[in-house]
Amino acid sequence: MNVIEFNHVSKSFHRSAGQLLLRQYVADLFGGEEKNPFFALKDVNFHIGDGECVGVIGANGAGKSTLLSLITRLAPPSKGTVVVNGRVAALLELGAGFHQDLTGRENVILNASLLGFSRKQAYQLYDSIVDFSEMKEFLEEPLRTYSSGMKLRLGFSVAVNMDPDILIIDEVLAVGDQGFQNKCIEKIYEIKKRGKTILCVSHSGLTIQQLCDRALWLDHGKLMLDGPSAQVVSAYEGR
Amino acid sequence: MWNGDYFFLLQQMVVKDFKIRYRNMSLGVFWSLLNPLILMGVMTFVFTVLNPNNTIEHFPLFVLCGLVPYNFFSVSWNNGTISISNNAGLIKRVPVPREVVPIATVLSTCIHLLIQIALLLVMAIAFGRGINWHWLWLPLVWALAVIFVCGIVLITSALDVYIRDVRYVVESVVTVMFWAIPIFYYPSPAIAARFSYVFDYNPITALVFALRLILIDGQSPPLSLLAKFALSSCGMFVLGWFVFRRLKSRFFDYL
Repeated sequence: MNVIEFNHVSKSFHRSAGQLLLRQYVADLFGGEEKNPFFALKDVNFHIGDGECVGVIGANGAGKSTLLSLITRLAPPSKGTVVVNGRVAALLELGAGFHQDLTGRENVILNASLLGFSRKQAYQLYDSIVDFSEMKEFLEEPLRTYSSGMKLRLGFSVAVNMDPDILIIDEVLAVGDQGFQNKCIEKIYEIKKRGKTILCVSHSGLTIQQLCDRALWLDHGKLMLDGPSAQVVSAYEGR
Repeated sequence: MWNGDYFFLLQQMVVKDFKIRYRNMSLGVFWSLLNPLILMGVMTFVFTVLNPNNTIEHFPLFVLCGLVPYNFFSVSWNNGTISISNNAGLIKRVPVPREVVPIATVLSTCIHLLIQIALLLVMAIAFGRGINWHWLWLPLVWALAVIFVCGIVLITSALDVYIRDVRYVVESVVTVMFWAIPIFYYPSPAIAARFSYVFDYNPITALVFALRLILIDGQSPPLSLLAKFALSSCGMFVLGWFVFRRLKSRFFDYL
């Protein structure tokens, strides 16, 4: 069964130099083709099956984040169809819903509710989230006193504990220290072993090869290559 | 797509807004009481001491019955309108149902609204208007006003994503409403009769009228007023819901 399907997907944005004017918004609301849009993704076609672990590689601005926002249904595609089956946990900029003035504990519960936990699940999983983050002693402090690594730990712990069907990892592992990074990678392996689908985004070939069996190479919105990760990474690095 | 616990999320968002607003303030929720009390004092001074021709009885209570609804309306509408743009980080990163953001902003204003309503009731008792069974209408009229504000906020918050000028339009309208809603005056009977549809179908005005009838005159609001009030509030909510649903899919592209 395919967990993620992209059928001829394109995603375009306005080329806006600064402020867009009312006229353009109105024209946009009532449809009509834009003359010269910017294509973040262009005619991308791929299927990801259940339990696959796929890397997405590409330079800055290649369309990786756009791809993920389509999978998480944050944005609709401009053309083509996106099909996603299952519960997605996206580690896009961990702790996106975190607020500086709330304590670590309040942020964990808030973040859990944002990711779709029920109240019962949130409080049941709270201890394992805290244990995984190894941050017990700081949880009553406001988040603004945390370092970026500490925020990463908290955000990662919430996301991996929600038992997703599809786990999306976006360039997040780079922030944690070596010990926590290893712990995260172990956790990802464990999730992988349970047969979950994993999508891992990076511009580092090493991470992709380490984690994934298959990789997609995006360049300027086009899918350049789709195949075994070693092959794709060497093509990407030798470009 | 997002199939989480809607009410848990809404509750968490409301509590978050409320905590953030008050956490770093020494006086905390006392600000909710101070602001209407000061305005009530100023207006009472202007309209009874500086202008002794005023014939309205229980003037401080009369003014407060206008100020509390107006304050709620202005704060929640202004904050609600900018809520989506201000939470761009959340909207662009987390697939939460978008409606939750503006509605949670309005509901978090309701927490200090409750404090202000308590103040209003205390003042009503202090002015010798005892508790009576007409007070049972209070939850209903307040609920209708909240439904109205949720509806209008759904519209303006969605529009504000596309056209950021909307927030300034809202600010100006709120300023005009201070005079258009009879906060510190009675519309003269001739005017009230001629423009009754303007007053009755504006839910905030309807709320002010209903509060004065209940708290000052000790009467139930007439059913005709309640019917129009309910119609315009629920109508606005339904309209807001559809407008928001139409506009929300492209928030990502515009934030």
